[in-house]
Amino acid sequence: MASFERTFCLQVPSSTENLALIREFVSTAGEQAGFGEDETLRLALAVDEACTNVIEHAYQNEETHEVTVRVTVDEDAIAFEVIDRGRGFDPTQEPALPVEELIRRRRGGGLGLRLIRTIMDDVQYRIVPGQMNELRMVKKRRRAGEVKPESGESR
Amino acid sequence: MTRSFLIETRDEGNVRILALRGFLDAHTAPRFEAAVEEELRAGRSRLVVDCTGLDYISSAGLGVFMTFIDEARGAGGDIKLASIQPKVYQIFDVLGFPALFDIQPAVEDAVARFERGAGEG
Repeated sequence: MASFERTFCLQVPSSTENLALIREFVSTAGEQAGFGEDETLRLALAVDEACTNVIEHAYQNEETHEVTVRVTVDEDAIAFEVIDRGRGFDPTQEPALPVEELIRRRRGGGLGLRLIRTIMDDVQYRIVPGQMNELRMVKKRRRAGEVKPESGESR
Repeated sequence: MTRSFLIETRDEGNVRILALRGFLDAHTAPRFEAAVEEELRAGRSRLVVDCTGLDYISSAGLGVFMTFIDEARGAGGDIKLASIQPKVYQIFDVLGFPALFDIQPAVEDAVARFERGAGEG
């Protein structure tokens, strides 16, 4: 039951050149929402990884498409939706491999998803056939002074 | 618009230092990949990546280390990392890199590790 909700939206051409812009957008939203510097960096990283996947896999590095990042902030959480209209690819169906295995396979592709899963509290993927693909990532807020990491009973 | 990523190379004895500056993401990683590949092709496998000026790394950058680490070690060298800022280190840490890569506090420490290892064949 959120008493306030704010939404921010950024739409950019599907080029890796725009990843810096996307990170700045996410960092600004994260800071405004009251997340600390380290946490904001991790949020920007997770969204960067999601957008990189879209550019490289959904759009096959074609720069003529668009990537949309929508950020919704309420009193409980910050949510990011990365939306594309490319080839649907559900990253949440990929197995979570250990880093040693990723190294053995000599590929970096699986690392991004591993980062997203580690950083975010909830990750979901939705395909609307013929219309769009949406990766939704949620990071819950930890309220200062209310819940301590060591104790779950400080109500 | 901005030169968001720079690589400077220098030698310390027979160790090659690659000093990174800026943001290492999917856009800039191909340049880093080409630089590491060039060193290995030239027979230089003792590499230290100086991360003092590195402000950001994503999986595309981490993937470069993963791509070449076996080759460097197979050639009798290594890719060691040094002087990583805490905010960037947390990203390496999330992935468990400290257990897999030799990460040293300072460039001199990483260079010294090569020199110490050299006597053992």
